[in-house]
Amino acid sequence: MKLSTNFLKDYLDIDINSKEDVHRLAEDMTKVGNEYDSEGMLIEATNLVIGEVLECEMHPDSDHLHVCKVNTGKENTQIVCGAPNVRKGLKVIVALPGAKLPGGEIKKSVIRGQESNGMLCSIAELGLESKFLKEEDKAGIHELDKDAPVGGDPIEYMHMKDGVIDFELTANRGDLLSILGMAYEVGAIYDKKVKPIDLTHKESGKLDFKLNIATDNCTLFLAKKVENVKIHESTPEMKEKLMASGIRPINNVVDISNYVMLETGQPLHFYDADKLKGMLEVRMAEAGEKLTTLDKQERTLGVDDIVISDGKRAIGLAGVMGGYDTEITENTKNIIIESAIFDSVKIRRTSNKILRSEASNRFEKGLDPNRTYMAIERSCNLLEKYADATVVGGMEVYDKTNKEDKKIDITAKDINSLLGSNIPEKEIIDIFERLGFKVEKKNDSIKAKDKEASSNEKTSTDTLTVYVPTRRLDISIKEDLIEEVGRIYGVDMIQGRLKEMPIKKGSYDRTAREIRNKMINLGMNETLTYSLVNEKEANMFTMKDKGVIKILAPLTEERNALRQSLITSLLKTYEYNVSRDNKDICLFEIAKAFYIEKDEYKEENRLACLMTGEYYLGLNTKPVDFYIIKGVCEELLDYLGYGGRYSFVADKEKLPEEMHPGKSAIISVNGETVGLIGRVTPELCKEEVYVMEISLDKLLSKKVGKMKYKELSKFPVVKKDIAVLVNKDVPAQELLKTIKNNGGKLLQESKVFDLYEGKGIPEGKKSIAFSVTLGDANKTLTDEEVNKVMEKVIAGLQSKHGAELRK
Amino acid sequence: MEEQVKQIEKNALEELKNCAELKSLEETRVKYLGKKGELTALLKQMGSLSKEERPVIGSLVNKVRDELEEIISSKESELKKLEIAKKLESEKIDVTLPSTKARRGSKHPLNRVIEEVEDLFVSMGYDVISGPELETDEYCFERLNLPKGHPARDMQDSFYITTEYLLRTQTSAVQARAMMANKEKSPIRVIVPGKTYRREDDATHSHQFNQVEGLVIDKDITFADLKGTLEVFMKHMLGEDTKLRFRPSYFPFTEPSYEVDVSCFKCGGKGCNLCKHTGWIELLGSGMVHPNVLKMNGYDPEKYTGFAFGTGLDRLAMFKYGITDMRLLYANDVRFLSQFDRMDK
Repeated sequence: MKLSTNFLKDYLDIDINSKEDVHRLAEDMTKVGNEYDSEGMLIEATNLVIGEVLECEMHPDSDHLHVCKVNTGKENTQIVCGAPNVRKGLKVIVALPGAKLPGGEIKKSVIRGQESNGMLCSIAELGLESKFLKEEDKAGIHELDKDAPVGGDPIEYMHMKDGVIDFELTANRGDLLSILGMAYEVGAIYDKKVKPIDLTHKESGKLDFKLNIATDNCTLFLAKKVENVKIHESTPEMKEKLMASGIRPINNVVDISNYVMLETGQPLHFYDADKLKGMLEVRMAEAGEKLTTLDKQERTLGVDDIVISDGKRAIGLAGVMGGYDTEITENTKNIIIESAIFDSVKIRRTSNKILRSEASNRFEKGLDPNRTYMAIERSCNLLEKYADATVVGGMEVYDKTNKEDKKIDITAKDINSLLGSNIPEKEIIDIFERLGFKVEKKNDSIKAKDKEASSNEKTSTDTLTVYVPTRRLDISIKEDLIEEVGRIYGVDMIQGRLKEMPIKKGSYDRTAREIRNKMINLGMNETLTYSLVNEKEANMFTMKDKGVIKILAPLTEERNALRQSLITSLLKTYEYNVSRDNKDICLFEIAKAFYIEKDEYKEENRLACLMTGEYYLGLNTKPVDFYIIKGVCEELLDYLGYGGRYSFVADKEKLPEEMHPGKSAIISVNGETVGLIGRVTPELCKEEVYVMEISLDKLLSKKVGKMKYKELSKFPVVKKDIAVLVNKDVPAQELLKTIKNNGGKLLQESKVFDLYEGKGIPEGKKSIAFSVTLGDANKTLTDEEVNKVMEKVIAGLQSKHGAELRK
Repeated sequence: MEEQVKQIEKNALEELKNCAELKSLEETRVKYLGKKGELTALLKQMGSLSKEERPVIGSLVNKVRDELEEIISSKESELKKLEIAKKLESEKIDVTLPSTKARRGSKHPLNRVIEEVEDLFVSMGYDVISGPELETDEYCFERLNLPKGHPARDMQDSFYITTEYLLRTQTSAVQARAMMANKEKSPIRVIVPGKTYRREDDATHSHQFNQVEGLVIDKDITFADLKGTLEVFMKHMLGEDTKLRFRPSYFPFTEPSYEVDVSCFKCGGKGCNLCKHTGWIELLGSGMVHPNVLKMNGYDPEKYTGFAFGTGLDRLAMFKYGITDMRLLYANDVRFLSQFDRMDK
């Protein structure tokens, strides 16, 4: 909402003249909750004066410049001017040296050898918005009237001296989309009364016109008729207020409908009465019904759009825009005025779909029925005054609205105990009255004397009945009134405090943070990627056939589905970095993956990690391979307490097709699949890119015992190395399991320390060597005991895996 | 014979003086003190001396021998030291060559900010809780006093999955969840950091962003408590000199509602590009929990009041680290990420 301070002054006695005044008003409005986007003067140009061209000669060295002698009131000065319409005797706008125009500062200069002490200006050069410029404003300098006073202020002379504040209002304050609403608001801040609006007009004859309201989506509809209007240009004052409010002046009649909308907040519609069939009807549109709106666009309507018809055809899109067929033209004589209230939700849907207008913006926010009446009367007043209209007596009325003030009971205690403030009751009553709310204090059992004392008390529990006028649609409960008191009293006046609350330990889930820190310590850069990806990506790296979740109305096809795996995002991040020549990329992220499982929407916390390039840096680098990312995985699982409970299973069936089938595995904890690990298939990435993803929800649901100290053994351990020949495809993990199963209580540790294939080893076999640690916490083992265990281990390897002991 | 001893002593001392290696030192020792050494040979000739001469010469020879042994021993340890030093010198490496180490990881600036916010509020007794990102219309809107058709739903165009499910537009959705989950309807003190999604994407709005929500419900909670809490929060995040400005505003789930501006930390309130020459930066939305919201989620508004606030963590992270383009947070350029790789007070 663009507020013209001139317009505001029609309804409020307030001193706003300079740029500084406008700025102060904008700031004061901000403090009570009305933010602005910009503020300033309608014409920001400075140092302008009305001048008269005394002499005008062609410039000796130019075919289009003129050298003018101009009387500026104080002196006669020489100014070079390039406008084609400059001539002797013309009254002009002179920008004196030092003038600041949108195009820059005016300085004394010499133009092709001729001194020039200023500039003669066009309206465009003063910085008026281009949509308000007429052809002649663009063609040459502005020609002031003959009687313009030389030396005077041209802005004031043209009635263009005005302040403009462009407010960004909150959705609930539809009442501020009007000058009257603004006047009440500003009046409350500065404690000024709003001046009454002039609705007076004469009426003659009797209205003969039918209304048919055929939908519940219209709750109030008023129609009046005026006759014999004379159409011409509006007064400069009215045009200026419209322009300052962002509306382009058209002619006096159309301007009045806009002017009244700006004043009252109630959009009006004027129909050319002679183009109607004697009635107005409000109904829902038929599916596919066509209507050509004022802007000559043919619109196709649906059953949720409200239309106005004349009984035969749609002639207006209710609350949004009128129809082209019945619009006001230069030849219009008689007018039907519509002032109505339509369902705000319906109007919003229609305007979102078809077009947004000043009118729809106001209908959407809701309207005050009392203003609907006021607006139609006001338009009659102005049409009579500025268009010589004769107002026909009577008005067609359809009204289902409630026009009573809302009554809300409240006490000073209610207010102060929610705000944490100390506002005396007297001041509270004063604030309500400044807002234009009537207050009644209930007579209750308290004696008159005590009452006197309590009325200044911040804790008074006397009931105040507040009458909220219908213009304040946003106020319906006690808390709404408390907000009003708080903002007019001044939020800054309320002291902040920290309430003493029972001491309590705050809690948070430390695990995610521990995982994050561990991954960072393992050399990974943490990323933050988008959950929304395209549908193809959303289906990548999924372990089972789960459903993808799609967005109903995506912004772009690139983000139309939710990812089922974080790997897809890390892979994109990897590609982004490669294209920027970044190397040795190691990334991780903790975030959610989304999918449909058994017809239910699921979201799951995951950890994903991607590694490429060199992991160890320096002169002895080591490129990332499967065993490095497996190491990262094991480090994390061990750190989280799952040591000894996980295994890596090469299960081609379970792995997604985006993974290299020979260099990938399922990560299993306690026999349940929690994630996957391995190389991205070379078909997707030529470079060796390794990834891992773990479901944190699944993993962390497996309980981990408390960390506990184990007694250190006082007795020495025995280390034995054995090497066996086995078939190449026997996994090391299986052999270790067999060793463990056969080692019994004395086996403390077993690990692989060597692997050899090739020369000296039969085809299809491998030699694998284990280091086995045996010990007993209570005694030193004898050779006999050790040998017994080792024999059992070897026998197990032989029988289970056909292993052959290498000597 | 005495002459002879003196001559040997003189020669030996001279030679020892010139010994620069362990090898020549040993040779000198053998030459004079060895089994066949010159001094030893003299001792063997003692038999040929007179009774009177024998003790005199004997003691002289012993004295010279002791003297030489001592010198040899000290010389030996001196030379050994030199030799070790020489050997170590030959093993010298270039300490300025690059180290061998694993890559260095880094924590995303957004999570750094989340952790900082969490730590602050946990220290004030708040619990950090979370909720689903795929939220129901009921929790995201309806339980927050935003019935279907409410104009404020326009303010946050949403990514719907079905008519019932959507990606949450605000962490406020978890407010209703926290209240509903509290079966005893006892006091609540929580913050909710998390991802949120809105159907917009431009230079200053990402369709995915992060918020932190705060909710306190208790007896006698007032606007002054909200004000005090946010003062602590913002001063902690942006510096002790930070000033706050509460502007009355409108949110359907709070009444009264306030937008909160902080004094511009770049220009200190004088006006600059960051604060669009106003001296203030809009950073939070807040207010007293709307009685309808309390009621709808099982709290008696006659007994309890509460406050709630929410702020964008992306912007907070940008301000804290001086990041000028929000898109950098989501681009994940390793050169960007790697800058956040150290302790930060």
